[in-house]
Amino acid sequence: MRAIRTIVKRELASYFTSPVAYVFLVIFLLLTGFFTFTAGNFFERGEASLAAFFGWHPWVYLVLVPAVGMRLWAEERRSGTMELLLTMPVAPWQAIVAKFLASWIFLALALVLTFPAVVTVNLLGDPDNGVIAAGYVGSFLLAGAYLAITCMTSAMTRNQVVAFILAVVLCLFLILAGFNPVTDLMVRWASPAVVDTIAAFSVVTHFDGFQRGVIDSRDLVFFLSIIGFALFATGVIIRGHRAG
Amino acid sequence: MIKIENLVKTFGTKRAVDDVSFSVERGEVLGFLGPNGAGKSTTMRMITGFMPPSSGRISVGGHDVAEEPLKAKRLIGYLPENAASYPDMTVQGFLNFAAELRGLSGAARRKAVARVVDLCFLDSVLHQSIDTLSKGYKHRTCLAQALIHDPDVLIMDEPTDGLDPNQKHEVRNLIRELGRSKAIIFSTHILEEVDAACTRAIIIDRGRIVANGTPAELRGMSELAGAVTLSARGADEEDLAKLGRVEKLNGALRVYPRDKSKSVELAQQIIELVNRRGWKVEGMFSERGELDEVFRRITLPDTVKK
Repeated sequence: MRAIRTIVKRELASYFTSPVAYVFLVIFLLLTGFFTFTAGNFFERGEASLAAFFGWHPWVYLVLVPAVGMRLWAEERRSGTMELLLTMPVAPWQAIVAKFLASWIFLALALVLTFPAVVTVNLLGDPDNGVIAAGYVGSFLLAGAYLAITCMTSAMTRNQVVAFILAVVLCLFLILAGFNPVTDLMVRWASPAVVDTIAAFSVVTHFDGFQRGVIDSRDLVFFLSIIGFALFATGVIIRGHRAG
Repeated sequence: MIKIENLVKTFGTKRAVDDVSFSVERGEVLGFLGPNGAGKSTTMRMITGFMPPSSGRISVGGHDVAEEPLKAKRLIGYLPENAASYPDMTVQGFLNFAAELRGLSGAARRKAVARVVDLCFLDSVLHQSIDTLSKGYKHRTCLAQALIHDPDVLIMDEPTDGLDPNQKHEVRNLIRELGRSKAIIFSTHILEEVDAACTRAIIIDRGRIVANGTPAELRGMSELAGAVTLSARGADEEDLAKLGRVEKLNGALRVYPRDKSKSVELAQQIIELVNRRGWKVEGMFSERGELDEVFRRITLPDTVKK
């Protein structure tokens, strides 16, 4: 536990020693603001909800989460510090979990900084804040799922750019599997049961419930199992590198 | 402290480390020599628990590295090849991080950091970020990290690589000093280091141990060992040839004993000969042997040995 805390602290600090973290936060806030208020027709909707805000998150995260996570293991391998870290009295799973947590905390911070959207909608109307809270929980889990996948792709390569692209492709697949225009296409040549099965693998399908204010245990299990599986795969990949 | 039995590591079909066994006790400094790609780094990575061996056993302080990795790792301080460290951290931040991972906190951590900062002369760069440091300082920062918990076992992969001669000298002295109370393994290409710091040396070639002994023993394997070099006015090659094979050097003659163990007798015979003939002696040396000759002879058997 103590080792995890130490590594989390170091990783978080390393985000903020470079300007990249601040640039990321600004871009994230600008993008969510733009999508919510301009592209999402926030004002024209005439309803007091953050549907326009959360609806875009799978897409905004698609680029930004891999950007946050791509260096996690790729950089560690490239610079040789992985050898240093894993010869410390730290179990590999502790290092993997700690690095993941640090980035997840960073993403949570980005999410917390979107609070003006909550304030705005509360000033303008009378929204159901329970639904908004559920939306935040879902958004946080969604970010965690993307991040765990990025951890995995980051462990596959020494090159951050490769890690980034792989993560975007995998996450894009997780969106498209349940994205309406795509499922509509699939219905033409596949049976509805097949389409539903494929859509069940999509983050969009499982994020929907949260947006409607429902925290369904199946959706929780979905996101947590993606995180668990991707981190486990990270462990397997790292063990593979160490074995040579 | 360190016990290695029948260690093997294969990468695909290549046997990078091939049935290596040795042990290192407290108070020993073991120099690990060998050409590039001989398996030195691979062996060290296995001892430190970074790489699992293909077969064989490693125990550190009584803990099997495969079975109780954390207990073994706690006893080890490790300076990896190229002295990697986190470039975005300050020296102090990095040492604090290492200390915390080693389970030190509060006053104990501050004391540990102060001790290694002192030991590795890092005072002047304490608040500088690591990527702004020169190679020597980076190296010493990583060395400080390895020493932070005052480990019983110290494993260093080329600890003097990239340092200037003064720093090399300091690091060698430090190794010798630390070696009194710890078990140390360090790898090097530089043969003088073996004399300067080691109590024992192992030469490894293509994954196998080809020599294991004290620096003096290794030097004794040299062809030169036991030969007597004489530079004297009037010295006659033919007279000396009766005592052993004679080689003509620039202004001197070198006599090789017929039997290496008889080198003292050879020197005695030469002195008698000099006295009898009345040659004017300018210098006379009994050769101890040269490590690099031994090194080349056993790691390049086909080209040097004729």
